[in-house]
Amino acid sequence: MLRPRLIPVLLLQGAGLVKTRRFKNPIYVGDPINVVRIFNDKEVDEIVVLDIAATAPGRGPDFDLVGRLTGEAFMPLCYGGGVRSLDTMRKLFRLGVEKVCLNTAAHDDPELVRRASREFGRQSVVVSIDVKRRFFGRREVMLEGGRRRTRLDPAEFARSVESAGAGELLLNAIDRDGTREGYDLDLLERVVAQVGLPVILCGGAGELAHFRAALARGAAACAAGSMFVFQPRTGAVLITYPDISCWEGTPL
Amino acid sequence: MITVLDYGVGNVGSVLNMLKRGGFEARLISDPDEVQRADKLILPGVGAFDHGMDRLQRLGLVPVLHECARRRRIPILGICLGCQLMARASEEGQSPGLGWIDADVVEFRFEGELARLPRPHMGWNEVAPRGPARLFAGLGERPRFYFVHSFHLRCADPADVAGETLYGYPFTAAIERGNLFGVQFHPEKSHRYGLQVLSAFARLESCSAPA
Repeated sequence: MLRPRLIPVLLLQGAGLVKTRRFKNPIYVGDPINVVRIFNDKEVDEIVVLDIAATAPGRGPDFDLVGRLTGEAFMPLCYGGGVRSLDTMRKLFRLGVEKVCLNTAAHDDPELVRRASREFGRQSVVVSIDVKRRFFGRREVMLEGGRRRTRLDPAEFARSVESAGAGELLLNAIDRDGTREGYDLDLLERVVAQVGLPVILCGGAGELAHFRAALARGAAACAAGSMFVFQPRTGAVLITYPDISCWEGTPL
Repeated sequence: MITVLDYGVGNVGSVLNMLKRGGFEARLISDPDEVQRADKLILPGVGAFDHGMDRLQRLGLVPVLHECARRRRIPILGICLGCQLMARASEEGQSPGLGWIDADVVEFRFEGELARLPRPHMGWNEVAPRGPARLFAGLGERPRFYFVHSFHLRCADPADVAGETLYGYPFTAAIERGNLFGVQFHPEKSHRYGLQVLSAFARLESCSAPA
């Protein structure tokens, strides 16, 4: 039985860990190494680390920091941020990263997705799709941390990255980020209907019921930021991770 | 001392980290002469089958690996792709495998109701130990491990199967044959369960059973 995965998403900015709201106003959460150690003790299923400062032109991953993070992570770690070449990916995998997450590069350079999946296996290539809600329920894929428009429909884009060789999707609803209002389940359903890839849903989780709802509607895994790093009412930093080992997994 | 083969395919860093956490001495090696002197070997790897075999060929490692596996009979543990490379061949590619285990690597294929199961099989799943399963000693009945793969071994000899996992159907998640061990999951990323599997391998004394 495959257990449902709950995945903390950690945002790096410089050497610190931050949390955003609707991709804006990063608040300092703590030292990333410490936070990974805590998640390690809690035996989390997997973690995603996204360096939101690495995307800027001329920047790239902080390999030294990534190496220190993977040295502490005895669970799979997916890294994203400033990955634009196979060479960068090779370095990341050597440091102990399990999966590399592409966002802007997956759109601008589909050939990179193809070559990466050929070299590293498609299971190691995650494409994150950041989605913004438009009028009349329409949704648009955004790049560069939500700043650049594409006019692309998320489900169509998901299908194209799947055929390019992506192994997994990290589907992130920008409008829900940091709100704890619940996931964008409509977005999930539209994407799941178009692809056979595992979809990790992100953006808006605030309680366990949100996870259940997403899993019931076809998410392979649930990701969250705020819920794992802030206390619900006070908003104070508190690293937590729920135990859902009693939940039913894939029943087959 | 455990030798971890570094042939440019995947997450060697994680394997070293986990061994270090267990207090075991390990080193990364890619030179055939050094592999020749290894007394315990881990063959890690993620990615495509042909790419993995191609890397082994290019680094001149194939003859010395055969030597280690068949003549010197040192304990060898294949992880994920490393485990698949121990088989004869894979549906994923054209290259022949190392051929140490009488098995083929096949893709997950589901029909009917099962067709909605996502591939790759990715996440935490339980392994049911089969037979003596030296690697799973002391782990209890339902140890869980992290998997990421679209292909799996299919053994011709059921005696080679050391563990099975259910995903659509029961598939071979671990193999043992004499001095040869393989796991489809990632012990280096499976918290205390994985640490225990690597520790069991690290503590193996000798393997005199015929390969």
